[in-house]
Amino acid sequence: MDKVQVKICVGTTCYVMGAADLQELERFLPDDLKDKVEISGSPCLGLCRDENYGSAPFVTVNGEAIANADVNSIIETIRKKLT
Amino acid sequence: MQTANDANKTRRGLLIRLIREFRKGTLEQSIDRIPYEMRPKDADASRCCIYKDRVVLKYRIMAMLGIAVEKETDESRQLSEYLRDANQRQQPDSDILSVLDVACSHCITSRYLITNACRGCFARPCTFACPKNAIAVINGQARIDYNLCIDCGKCTQVCPYHAIIRVPVPCEEACPVNAIRRDAATDRQYIDFDACTSCGKCMTACPFGAILERSQIIDVLNAIKNGEKVVAMVAPAIVGQFAGQLGQIASSLKKLGFARMVEVARGAEKTTEHEAAEFIERMHNNERLMTTSCCPAYVETVKRHVPELLPYVSSTRTPMQYTSEEIKNQDPSAITVFIGPCVAKRKEASEDLNTDYVMTFEELGAMLAAFEIDVASEPEIELEREVKAHARGFATSCGVSSAILVEMKNSHPEMEIPELKSEFINGLDKKAVKQLSLYAKGKLPGNFLEVMACEGGCVGGPCAIGKVTLATRAVKMLADKK
Repeated sequence: MDKVQVKICVGTTCYVMGAADLQELERFLPDDLKDKVEISGSPCLGLCRDENYGSAPFVTVNGEAIANADVNSIIETIRKKLT
Repeated sequence: MQTANDANKTRRGLLIRLIREFRKGTLEQSIDRIPYEMRPKDADASRCCIYKDRVVLKYRIMAMLGIAVEKETDESRQLSEYLRDANQRQQPDSDILSVLDVACSHCITSRYLITNACRGCFARPCTFACPKNAIAVINGQARIDYNLCIDCGKCTQVCPYHAIIRVPVPCEEACPVNAIRRDAATDRQYIDFDACTSCGKCMTACPFGAILERSQIIDVLNAIKNGEKVVAMVAPAIVGQFAGQLGQIASSLKKLGFARMVEVARGAEKTTEHEAAEFIERMHNNERLMTTSCCPAYVETVKRHVPELLPYVSSTRTPMQYTSEEIKNQDPSAITVFIGPCVAKRKEASEDLNTDYVMTFEELGAMLAAFEIDVASEPEIELEREVKAHARGFATSCGVSSAILVEMKNSHPEMEIPELKSEFINGLDKKAVKQLSLYAKGKLPGNFLEVMACEGGCVGGPCAIGKVTLATRAVKMLADKK
């Protein structure tokens, strides 16, 4: 099975609004997900320019964008993609 | 060091809004609306209600304008009026931190608490462990009589259910020098500025975001807007704060309107040279110890709390001071802005004639976001001049000692070099402050003491954005480059 692709936007706005903290996402993944996910940084996705800055940081999981992303919402979306 | 939490997010989001409005030239018209826009009437409240949220936001904006919230005399005064004050002032205030009483939760001062996990057991070791007989079992649950309790914590150690916990007052717990306290008369938390070293630990510790830092961002934005030659002096810790290369940060700063970027690591070269020479001289004069002078929160700690250590503090100036001096010598009309992760630098800058303003990494990040500049997408411009690699290492704990060691070997090959026996204090807390006086008394080993108030060094500063682990790696990679 293909791994779930998690891309963390490391554009400056996302970085400032919390993506810096998501850099260690791998450490927070539950054991059962660790080998099913591939995490990478992404250059600015440009989503922050869409009206509301409050919703950075952005993360995409298999292309689905999560606004205001945190570890929990990312894991939840990964699980959704796996079912 | 900041980790994701709502207090940080709100503060950063607010900064971005403020700067964006300033940039558009609409801040004066919109500033009074910001608290309402952020907490409209159908929004969820973070505190007891949206009305309180709005008031806290108002005060937070005041602090971002550089206004001392505790000096407010007229509650009905509008933010737009404060903005006019900020636009007109010539110089920022020198006291930096404020306690925002409306945001403060007035944490309970009793330190030990018996939780529901207490089963009112038969053995009752807590009642025996307590030296003051402050614990009794009433209705099947242990109770502490706080009139008798002396906060020794012996009860927590003996409870087989771990039912007794210590509930700290986070700001007081974080302050290494007990400068933040409760005023018994008013029951309000306050900062004793005679004792405060401006380290900023209380600010990051408070989960209610009740400690505010007075910003100078408006002063910097105005200087740029007025066409002044504003020079961005970036602290060595900038590496690892944003995704992107140093040359891309330089071009991002130019895009923001700064005339040029100068690395404070250039000043760190001078600090290293002087400090190495000073160390050799002091050791040849049979002095016992020398300690670093680059961390302003540490130097303030020594001045205010461990004066007996002061003779051992290096008289070498800090990298920031050397950098500012160089810029002002080249061009006295330049406006110098130090950009770093540090709160205490604001205090140091207020006493240094050559440094005009201090901005934090967080504020720089907010400025970049507000100007829609993505560092990694910017072209990389060539740095003004190459900096000795070891000078870039100042931003991490142990970095100063390694730089001095390299410097002594390289620059004084003809001399007999004294052995450098370095000792490190990586992060100041209450215990470390006690250790400092032992160093002064000569009760601890080593002849060179490097102290950083923040754990990890400057990369762990209260206003940093990047993760300490990753930022440390990035700084070390550049510092170890041959």
